[in-house]
This record gives sequence, C-alpha cells and structure tokens, in this order.
Amino acid sequence: MTAQIPKPQAFVRELLGRSDYAIIGEIVEPGTKVLDLGCGDGDLLQWLAENKGVDARGVEIASAKVQRAIARGVSVYQGDIDEGLADYPDGAFDYIILSQTLQETHHPQKVLREMLRVGRRAIVAFPNFGHWRMRVALLLGGRAPITTLFPHSWYDSPNIHILTVQDFEELVELEGIRVERRYFLSGGRKVNLRPNLLAETAVYLVSGATL
Amino acid sequence: MIVESNVVRFDCMPLDNGATLAPVETAYETYGELNARKSNAILILHAFSGDAHAAGISHETGKPGWWDNMVGPGKAFDTNRYFVICANVLGGCRGSTGPSSVNPATGCPYAMTFPVITIGDMVRLQKMLIDWFGIERLLSVSGGSMGGMQALEWAVSYPDRVKSAIPIACTTRHSAQQIAFNEVGRQAIMADPDWSGGNYYAQRPPARGLAVARMVGHITYMSDDSMREKFGRRLRGKENFGYAFDVDFEVESYLRYRGSEFVNRFDANSYLYITKAMDYFDLVNGHGSLAAAFEAARARFLVISFSSDWLYPSYQSQEIVRALRARNCDVAYVELQSNYGHDAFLVDVAEQTDLIRGFLASTYEKAQ
Repeated sequence: MTAQIPKPQAFVRELLGRSDYAIIGEIVEPGTKVLDLGCGDGDLLQWLAENKGVDARGVEIASAKVQRAIARGVSVYQGDIDEGLADYPDGAFDYIILSQTLQETHHPQKVLREMLRVGRRAIVAFPNFGHWRMRVALLLGGRAPITTLFPHSWYDSPNIHILTVQDFEELVELEGIRVERRYFLSGGRKVNLRPNLLAETAVYLVSGATL
Repeated sequence: MIVESNVVRFDCMPLDNGATLAPVETAYETYGELNARKSNAILILHAFSGDAHAAGISHETGKPGWWDNMVGPGKAFDTNRYFVICANVLGGCRGSTGPSSVNPATGCPYAMTFPVITIGDMVRLQKMLIDWFGIERLLSVSGGSMGGMQALEWAVSYPDRVKSAIPIACTTRHSAQQIAFNEVGRQAIMADPDWSGGNYYAQRPPARGLAVARMVGHITYMSDDSMREKFGRRLRGKENFGYAFDVDFEVESYLRYRGSEFVNRFDANSYLYITKAMDYFDLVNGHGSLAAAFEAARARFLVISFSSDWLYPSYQSQEIVRALRARNCDVAYVELQSNYGHDAFLVDVAEQTDLIRGFLASTYEKAQ
C-alpha cells in the first residue's frame, strides 16, 4: 500500500513576504505587549504596532538592523538572545516571539524556559530539518544538506542547533510546556499530515505549564 | 538661522547641599516654534564645556552652535517640527549663574564661595525654566556625555514631565577612571599660582592650569585611532626634531591650541564646580540599585553609545539598558561604530541622526 500524498492545503496569506509572519500576525491579540527576539530590522514589530496596536519591542544582535529598526520607530535594543532575557521581570510580556532563530541560539532549552518566564506565551517558528528534501539530500548527497531552507555550508551556518518538528515536540513534552496551537507550512501552504516529513516551517504557540 | 541667547531670572532655588541660591539666572536659546498644545518641546542638554548656543549662528559671536549638525530644519531635532530649547547649566560661565557670577550679598564674584552643585541642581533649574515656558510635558530630553546624565536625571526626578529621553555616550555614575581624569584637570587649575584660591577675577586667570586641564580632556575625548589618523607622528612645521621642548609633533600643537583657545571662553572655577557635579552624580545613590532608581521612570528611552568611546564605554550605556529592562521600560539601544571616541556624538552624526529622527517621530505620533 502506497502512502497517500496529501492534497495541498489552501495557501496561507503572506505577511511582509512570509507565511510564518502571517501566522504570527494572526495569533497575536490586539493591544498586547510583545517582545521579538532576533527581530531583524523590526518589520514584523512595526506591522504589529500599526495593525494590532501592540506595544512592540525587539532584540537584535546586528547593529545595522537595530539601527534600521530604531529609525522606523521600533524600540529595539542591540543584544544577545541567549543572555538578553535575564534582566526582565517574570511575565513582562504577553508574547515572546522567536522567529527562525531557535536553531541559532547557543542554549535553546534555556532560551525556551526564559521565554516562558518573561512571556505569558511564546511563539516559536523554526525551519524543520526533518523535511524530506533535507533527508534526501543527506541520504543521497552524503553531506550536510544545502537547501533553500538551510542555504549555508556547514562551516558558515548560523544554525548551530538544527531540529525537526519531532524534536521540538519531544522538548516541549520534556519541559512540561503546553502547546496551545501548532501550524505547519510548506511553500506558503498549510500542511496537515506528516508535518515532520512535509513541513518546511513550524509555528508553535506555547505557554508555561502553570498557565 | 541667526539666534540670540536670552536670560531668565528666578528669585531663588534650593540646592542639594542644603543651600539656597538667590537669585539665580539661566541663559537659554530656542529654535523652532512651540505649538499651541505645547506638545512639541525638546530640551537639549549640553556636555561639560557646552553652552546654550546649540544651533544656528550666534548673533553675538557669529559662530555655529555646538550641535548645529543635529539641531535645525530637517535635521535630527527638526526645528520645522519641534520646539528646541537649550540652556546653559547652573555653575556654568556662559550666561547662567556660576562661580564667576556676582554674589549680591558681597558685590563680588562668588568664586569658591559658590555652593557645590550637582547634576540634580542643574536639572532643577532647567525644570524651573520649563515651568516658566508653561510646558507641561517635554517631548524629549536629550544630550551626550554630561548632557546624557542630565537626561537620565530628568527621567528619574521628573518622570511625569518627559515623554522620552535620549541619553548618549554617558553613564549613571562616574567610574574611578572618569573621576581620575577630572581630578587631574582640577589639580592642574589649582596648582596654577594664578588660580589664587579662586579669587582671580580682578587679575590674571589661571590660564596655564586651565589649558592643561583642557588638554587632558581632549585626549579623553578622542580615540587612539582618531589621533593616529589626525596626527600620527607628523611633525609641526619642521623636517626634523627640534631637540628642544617647544612644539615638535602635530598633536602637541593641536593640544596647545585647544588649551589656549579654551581659556578665552571658559572659567576655571566653573571647570572645578561642573566636574565635581559630574563626579558626584550617582543615580544608584539612595535607591540601592539602578533598577530601583528607574522605578519611577515613565519615559521611552533611546540609549546610544559609540564603539571607540573609552571615556564613557558602551558597558556603561548597557548598564542603563539592563536596568531599564529590569523595570520593563520601553528602551531602544545601539552601539554605533565610530572611530571618533567620545567626540563621536558631536561629530559622527549621520547614523545618530537616523536613529533620533525615527525615535522622535514615533514618540511624537504616539503622543498625539
């Protein structure tokens, strides 16, 4: 019996050219307080501030991106995600966003815990290393895969903690973190079946066990 | 833009050391127009040797203001949009009451009988000026170095009177190194026989001491890179060493020029009083921690530091940012790359301009 290839789902509306942003833009409730870790030049934060009346803050390590963010009026500070959360009081934000950055942190587990200490909820979007293209590239190529999702050579990749959907599921269970919503995306479409194999990007809305 | 300084006189003001100063005057300049709601006012705070003349061409001296590249039509502090005020600090010698002012009780200059003042006192006088303007709430307070300290003091002491603060290249308290450089400057002045215990106003001022103090200051304002670039080991007007102790190197010539020029525009006793106020400044004092000090702060903050500033290193700005984060205050921060050392906030303004323009615009929009 051959595995049935699932029918592609409807396209996800893009936000600022990204479908994970569209999901995040959907999740975030109006008038809330949001911290975006690794916010780049603050485009998502600016959108959230203008369209959802969000109190938007960000952290970014690259000076040029921080400058662009501040110049567009977003409150971003230059700093390291791995240490940047430590100063905040508990529950300082409604949402902490970590978009396409978890795999770049030195201590993802600690970052996740800190996110749920400082934020009531966390939104984590990450590229799925379990996607079939990655598996095929490794299996047939025998080298660290280079794909559109992971475009870097192993030696200059910022992705130091690559993970799959399954890996993330196991981590949140281990940590006693509650998954409120999960979204899987591939080529701008929602993926409902076998996300570990078919999703390019995963977006999770999670909260601490106590919530 | 030709500008004139004005002076406001107040009957008296209390000081942190318990004394009262009566009367007290503050010199100020303004640029742009105050709107009907008085919601577009920005107070610019000058650094140690600055004055009220921040922008435009002085009617009196014909010289541009010390932050003319930042304040004016279309500039970072856009005077087409905002009403910008800058006042000479208490203890200064450029129109505001200071040790060179005449003590009405004696008819002589205060000299060393002038009370020891603090950054808090300077800010209190500025607040009296803002009250005098009838401005309920400033859109922003901003300055570099000592100006940044005043911006922080404003945000902590008068939290309901400032919507935003932009402290640049500054600290919440001087380190031992910063106090040390100030002490060298003070000792240079006081070691000059012409200082005469501060009573030199009727005679020759301590020009040599003040010039040496300024030379030390200038070294701390530059960086190793900027000095190498500007002077290197180039000789001044000669091919070979003079084998004497007149000027050989360009850098010597520059420092001597800066020192002697400073003597013409600055009072040695003001140097003593203002550097002391900077050394005393300690936002943590009386609060236990910096985060506790910021408890009352309500302003949005934009904190800026410069990579080559070794006098006010970035770690000091980062301490401010961390404390503000601990209070969950709205804070933006970036370390700008520059070779100009501490002087960067005065001279390397392109990137600083983009940051401040965007920050002010969003603060102004939120406030409307």
